[in-house]
Amino acid sequence: MAESSSQKIPVTVLTGYLGAGKTTLLNRILSENHGKKYAVIVNEFGEIGIDNDLIIGADEEVFEMNNGCVCCTVRGDLVRILDGLMKRKGKFDAIIVETTGLADPAPVAQTFFVDEDVQKNARLDAVVTVADAKWLSDRLKDAPEAKNQIAFADVIVLNKTDLVSKPELAEVEARIRGINPYAKLHRTERCKVALSDVLERGAFDLDRILEIEPDFLEAGDDHDHHHGHDHHHHDHGHGHGLKHYHDEEMQSLALRTDKPLDATKFMPWLQNLVASEGQKILRSKGILAFSDDDDRYVFQGVHMMLEGDHQRKWKDGEPRESRLVFIGRELPEQTIRDGFESCITS
Amino acid sequence: MTSGFAPGGEQASIASVTDRVRPVAIGAPVTAIHFLGPRLAFVGAEESVTLVDAQGDGQGAISRVTVHDGGILCTASDGARIVMGGDDGKLVALDAKGEVTLLAQDAKRRWIDNVALHHDGAVAWSAGKTAFVRGGRREDKTFDMPSTVGGLAFAPRGLRVAVAHYNGVTLWFPNMAANPEFLEWAGSHLSVVFSPDNKFLVTAMHEPALHGWRLADNRHMRMSGYPGRVRSMSWSAGGKFLATSGADAVILWPFASKDGPMGKEPAMLAPLQARVSAVACHPKQDVLAAGYSDGTILMVRLEDGAEILVRRNGTAAVAALAWNAKGTLLAFAAEDGDAGLLPL
Repeated sequence: MAESSSQKIPVTVLTGYLGAGKTTLLNRILSENHGKKYAVIVNEFGEIGIDNDLIIGADEEVFEMNNGCVCCTVRGDLVRILDGLMKRKGKFDAIIVETTGLADPAPVAQTFFVDEDVQKNARLDAVVTVADAKWLSDRLKDAPEAKNQIAFADVIVLNKTDLVSKPELAEVEARIRGINPYAKLHRTERCKVALSDVLERGAFDLDRILEIEPDFLEAGDDHDHHHGHDHHHHDHGHGHGLKHYHDEEMQSLALRTDKPLDATKFMPWLQNLVASEGQKILRSKGILAFSDDDDRYVFQGVHMMLEGDHQRKWKDGEPRESRLVFIGRELPEQTIRDGFESCITS
Repeated sequence: MTSGFAPGGEQASIASVTDRVRPVAIGAPVTAIHFLGPRLAFVGAEESVTLVDAQGDGQGAISRVTVHDGGILCTASDGARIVMGGDDGKLVALDAKGEVTLLAQDAKRRWIDNVALHHDGAVAWSAGKTAFVRGGRREDKTFDMPSTVGGLAFAPRGLRVAVAHYNGVTLWFPNMAANPEFLEWAGSHLSVVFSPDNKFLVTAMHEPALHGWRLADNRHMRMSGYPGRVRSMSWSAGGKFLATSGADAVILWPFASKDGPMGKEPAMLAPLQARVSAVACHPKQDVLAAGYSDGTILMVRLEDGAEILVRRNGTAAVAALAWNAKGTLLAFAAEDGDAGLLPL
C-alpha cells in the first residue's frame, strides 16, 4: 500500500451496527448517478435492491495467520473474492465491502496489510462506519462490536439525526469523540451524505495522512468542522463547549514533540510496542521527524501490523514536529508516553 | 531453502530455442492453457476460451468460444474436455470441437470457485462451503465443509476427493457412507494435489508455504521458506519431484522415497532475479518448463539444472504453461495475452 498507485482499485469498508443504515448508504451509493461502477461484497444476498451483476456474497471467514499472533487475523474469503474480481479488471471502478453488524473491521483491514496479491491489485481506501444517532450511546455500553467500529473508523456517518433532540445529538457525538476524535463525522438523515465524503478518502494512503486530515491530532478537544450538507453546526449557545466523555475502555492517545526523534530508538520502540500491546491498539498513525533526516517519515498500523515510509522532504519553514496517534482499548498511556519521550534525541 | 545460489545473470551464454517459438496472439489476459485433442485452448480471464490448431503455425484457425458470462474462476481438463467454473454461477464443459455444455448452475448464482476432473469422467466442483461431485449415472453428491472450499483434487485411485479449506483438508468418499477423514493443520489451505502414487497429499497455503501429509500415517510435512504464495505446482514424470512456483528459483521437493521431503532440503533450479510464476513438468522426461514474473520462460533439466531459453524477459508475467500429452509441444501465455507454442 505504500506505493499509492492509481492503478490499484480502491476498496471502501462499510461497517455499522445492526440497523444503523448500512444498506441504505449502500443503496444510495449504488443508485446515485455518478457514472461509476462498483463491485460490492456483501455478507448477505438479497438485501440490496439494486440490480448489479457485481454483487458477491461473502462468508466473513476469518483465519489466524500462522505467526503466533492471535490478532493477526485475515479475511480469507476477501482474498479469494478480490482475486476473482481482478479477472474482471476494467469492468468496475471501485469495490465496497459491507461487513455484518457484528463484525470487527480489523481482519478486513489486515487483509490489505498481509496479502501480497491483494496489495498488488487493490488498496484500502477507508473504513466508513454508519452509526445510529438514537441508539449508538446504548450500543457503546452493551456492544463491544459497536465500539470497535467507531474506534476503527476513518469516516463516521451519524445517521437518523432527525430522530434525536439537539442535546441527544451532542451527547452521542461527544461519546463518539471520546473514543475516536480523528474520524470525519457527518450527520445525516437516511444516510444522505455526499458520496465524496465516504468514497475515495485515501485514509490509508500514507501520502495523504495529513492532506486529508487538516485537523489531524488537533481534534482531541473539538468536534469535527468538516461537513457542509444539510446540517448546521450544532448549538454552541450554552457556552460550555462540547461535553467531554472519557470512554473507560476505548481511548485515543496523541503524542507530539518538536524535538527530533532518534530513529535508532524510535523504530525498535514502536515495533516492540505494537508487538506487546498490539491487541489493544486498533489503529496507529504518525508523522515523524528524525534527527539527521531531511525526509518526513510516515507510518500507520492496524493492531500489530505496521507500514511506513519516507514520504517527502520537510519543506522550508515547515515545523519539524513528530506527531503520533493511537486508538485502542485500555491503552497503557504512561508507558507509551514514557517510551516516546525516551526516543527523543538528547 | 536458504542455501545460497548465484543469481542468474544475463542469459547470453545459455542455449536458446526462442527462434523456434510460434507466436500466438490471444489479445486478452490468459489464466490457463489446456491441450484439447488436436487443439490448444487458452482460457481467458473472463468470458471466452481461444482455440488454436495445435499443429499449425499459430497464425491460422483461431476461434474464440464464449463459455461464461463473466470471470472464469477455475478450470480442469482431462485432455478431451475442459470443465470451467465462473462468477456467473455456471459450471460448463468445452470440447475440442468448440461445443459448450452447461453442466450445472448455482441457484443463488454463487461463484464456482474450484473444479477437478477424475480420469473416469467424474467432476467435482465447489461453491462457497459446498463441494459437489458428479460421477457416472448416480445423482450429484454434495458435502458442506466447515469453511469455504479452497481447492479440490481427485485421488489417483478410487472415487475420493480431497477438499482443502480452513485448518485442513477433508478426504471425502462421495459414494461411501463412511465418515470423511479430516487432516488438520491450522491456516487457510488453497490448492491441493495428490502425489501420482497416492501416497502424499500437498496443499498450497495462503501463507507462503506448502503443507503435506503422508497418507499412510498422516505425518505432517512442512515445506516453507517461500518469499511468495505458491500458485503453481506440478509433479515430475513418475511423481519423483513436486516442482513449485513462489520463489526466485524453481523449488523442487523430493518425493521419491517413502518419507517424501521429510527432513530433506529441496533443490533450487534455474534461479533468476524474478519470481517463478508458473511451472509445468514434462509428461515423460525429467525436464520442466518454468515461467517467471518478468516474462522469461526456461526449460530446465531436473538432474543438473541445465537451462534452455524459450522466451526472453521484458514482458508481463507468465500466467500459464502446458505440455501436450506426448511432450512434443510446449504452450505458454503471459498475463497480457501474449502467447506461443514451441514444437520440440
